Amino acid sequence: MEDHPLRFTTVSKRFFSGSHQVQALDEVSFSIQPGRVTGLIGPDGAGKTTLMRLATALLQPDVGQIHVLGHDAVAKPLEIQSSVGYMPQRFGLYEDLSVQENLDLYADLQGMLLENRPARYAELMHMTGLAPFSKRLAGKLSGGMKQKLGLACVLVRSPRLLILDEPTVGVDPVSRRELWQIIYRQVQKESMSVLLSTAYLDEAERCHEVILLHEGKFLGQGRPDEFSRTLVGRTYQASAVGISPRRLQEKLNRFTGVIDALVEGETVRLVMETAQAPDPKTLLPELADVRILPIEPRFEDAFVARLKRSYDQGRSDLIMDLNISANEGDEVIRVNNLVRQFGDFIAVNRVSFSVRRGEIFGLLGANGAGKSTTFRMLCGLLPVTSGEVAVAGHDLRQAAANARRHIGYMAQKFSLYGHLSVAQNLRFFSSAYGLRGNRQKERLAWALKTFELTDYSGTNAGDLPLGYKQRLAFAAALMHEPEILFLDEPTSGIDPLMRREFWVRTNALAEAGVTVLVTTHFMEEANYCDRLVIMAEGEVLAEGTPQEMKARAHTIGQPYPTMEDAFIQLIEQRKAEREAA
Amino acid sequence: MKPAARMRLWGMIRKESLQILRDPSSISIAFIMPVVLLFLFGYGVSLDAKHIPIGIVIEQPDTATQSLAGAFESSEFFRPRHFDAIQSAQQALDKRQIDGIIWLRNNFSTRLLAGNEAPIGVIINGVDSNQANITQGYIQGTWLAWLEHYAASRGQPLLIPVSLEQRVWFNAALSSRLFLVPGLIAIIMTLIGSLLTAMVVAREWERGTMETLMVSPLHRGEILAGKLIPYFVLGMGGMLFSVALAVWQFDIPLRGSFWLLMLSSALFMLVALAIGLLISIVSKNQFVAGQVAIIVTFLPAFILSGFLFDINSMPDWIQFITLLVPARYFVAILQTLFLAGDVWPVVLANMGALCLMLLFFFFLVWRKFNKRLE
Repeated sequence: MEDHPLRFTTVSKRFFSGSHQVQALDEVSFSIQPGRVTGLIGPDGAGKTTLMRLATALLQPDVGQIHVLGHDAVAKPLEIQSSVGYMPQRFGLYEDLSVQENLDLYADLQGMLLENRPARYAELMHMTGLAPFSKRLAGKLSGGMKQKLGLACVLVRSPRLLILDEPTVGVDPVSRRELWQIIYRQVQKESMSVLLSTAYLDEAERCHEVILLHEGKFLGQGRPDEFSRTLVGRTYQASAVGISPRRLQEKLNRFTGVIDALVEGETVRLVMETAQAPDPKTLLPELADVRILPIEPRFEDAFVARLKRSYDQGRSDLIMDLNISANEGDEVIRVNNLVRQFGDFIAVNRVSFSVRRGEIFGLLGANGAGKSTTFRMLCGLLPVTSGEVAVAGHDLRQAAANARRHIGYMAQKFSLYGHLSVAQNLRFFSSAYGLRGNRQKERLAWALKTFELTDYSGTNAGDLPLGYKQRLAFAAALMHEPEILFLDEPTSGIDPLMRREFWVRTNALAEAGVTVLVTTHFMEEANYCDRLVIMAEGEVLAEGTPQEMKARAHTIGQPYPTMEDAFIQLIEQRKAEREAA
Repeated sequence: MKPAARMRLWGMIRKESLQILRDPSSISIAFIMPVVLLFLFGYGVSLDAKHIPIGIVIEQPDTATQSLAGAFESSEFFRPRHFDAIQSAQQALDKRQIDGIIWLRNNFSTRLLAGNEAPIGVIINGVDSNQANITQGYIQGTWLAWLEHYAASRGQPLLIPVSLEQRVWFNAALSSRLFLVPGLIAIIMTLIGSLLTAMVVAREWERGTMETLMVSPLHRGEILAGKLIPYFVLGMGGMLFSVALAVWQFDIPLRGSFWLLMLSSALFMLVALAIGLLISIVSKNQFVAGQVAIIVTFLPAFILSGFLFDINSMPDWIQFITLLVPARYFVAILQTLFLAGDVWPVVLANMGALCLMLLFFFFLVWRKFNKRLE
């Protein structure tokens, strides 16, 4: 019996897509500890999913050895597959089978004895809270419940090694917390070993150990605090009177010696290149009341510090010189009692809010909370069942086409034409909004320059790296200088570095007078918004500034609540109200 | 079989059956589609020429011409219209009001009495060559029959040396329904076996559930069997249902043995399933799988199997292609078993061909399907 449940020895894996090849993994070696939760952290395209598929013998390595629970992955795939539990990113549930039938299927496939089943089922149902829904079809469960069912299915015959590919992506914070509780319980009770990948860096701190992966290369392994410890003395919190945190961040970001500046509530979090306390006088000479306090480093700081060197970040002076034709009136968007039904399903239930000019306004909620549906109605892409929507002063039920000229829209999956070049895409989107001749040329030159796409203007959009795809989608939405910009889940599936770049640009846009509406399921991103609504199950739970939201969750036990704490508190409050009713 | 293996296989079969029962498209392809197709082809489509509109031009009416016109009028194949002059008849032909013209010139009766050669003129619209051939044949038949009758009534020997006596076997009434309906069973089984199966398996790839199956302890053979068995049962159910409709609703005789029909159908079903699995393994996408299945299985089964169009009248190279269409062998078996009976040489030769195809496609499926994502 081997000591390590999973061991990679100089494993390489390449893929061929058309003519060019992708080095998904490059001489990766590591092993994980038994009875521990090991996190696999890395930006998109780092090779996390490939690594997991190799570990479950779904793929074969080009070079190197993989040992899973003592078996060689190439020689003994079936032995591995009967003792490993693997939940792929799309969790492999049969949506037309009920909760119970899904469990039965997994138990059958794992060859679980009938007499052992009832006890285990009861335990899993209790753990996941799915007991009342055992007859419901899996397709009719909410996102969080699906994820919990997926996990329950994988756990049906306590695997010795559990491999989870981004199990918490898009799940609401409450379900996320519950998923972690389930995982920890397995580790403690059954001394299961767990390998999981995640896109949320705060989750890295919940792991016993973390493996850092970047562009197919193994960057390091250790306890999360070992990573953060390298940054002791380099992390600070800056605040200043008379300047918005967003402006402050922008200024700090331009300063050499600052690796990272991040808005955190009313303050800006700083990661410095050296362990030398920054002097407020040199950093921000024009501001009088600047306070810079040292703070504890956390994993995300270490991650960013580690990867940012190899990453080209838009640190140049980002000024969006847009010519925004401002309408009179302060209120740009007004939504009143908005309802959208699909059959008997109420996707959006009496949603009301208003957005002021030049604001960054967030719609925060888990997958399936009704954010995208609300968005599509605001853009005039989806008819409204009932209620009022006025965008830039136009009633969408009457003058959708007119209102649409004032808005830009960036869809969730960057709808670009993969076989057209960057310049062709931009030309197409600008002509779709009626730009032509010199005006079009001007805008094209502006887009290529502002988004640093000049070097790529002849490249096909489909061949761009992910970060550049996002820039292009961003540019395409701004060609006609809209006064309102809708961004639907712009940061989903992209790594923390690109997310930072994205927010730098969005801030610059807001400074230029564009009203920005953004949906996100990353709770911490709410901090970048001027105001936001928190949505769940199609309803607005709260509206206000990030500070107001967090203040609600303030208790003695929780003096510095995060946005996630605030969200969880809102959900639980709602649940309690419902139960009382 | 080990208990664990039996449990895994049973789990797969149960899951697949539940999915079939809950997915309205599976049930409709297996049971509603056959009804629609059978009624369409059983009642709607007819390849027989009946009541063909023709024009009759008689330039000089007398008893002989009237008797001939009467022969056409009393035939169920024709619906004659009289025209005074050939010009007006030609106009009607141009307008497609009629499909042919029978032209009896003013010297018809004199030449007939003089015993000269056939003095009628026939003009046929040849746009639809098949229909033209049929029309021409019927006109000729009616004409010869009348001529014989006319000669006999006058005590004269028939001037035409050979008289043709036709007897059609197995489908004496020459009703196209009798051969269309059995052939349809092959089409329906192709739909269930290849199209439905290809799409269902491709759906597992699309939804990512195939990844879960692959990472489970299921063996390759168990995944394949778990897919094959439920759809085999569904396909055979569709087949029995179609046979029942054919026999009881459309009065198609089943002259061969029922068990031989079941055996050959099972064989064909397996071939269709193997092709469906192969398509889904290669394409991994429902839309592509559906398109490919239609192009490589459904359309050839429709056009190249001898179900609608006679293979012997196709150009040689197309006849060669039909050898690759499994439905061709099954249509031959079906038509033989239904209309002729257990003609062993025909049935065995075609079943032999199906067996070879079965081995070939299963070999390919086995080679192409492995428990890896590459």
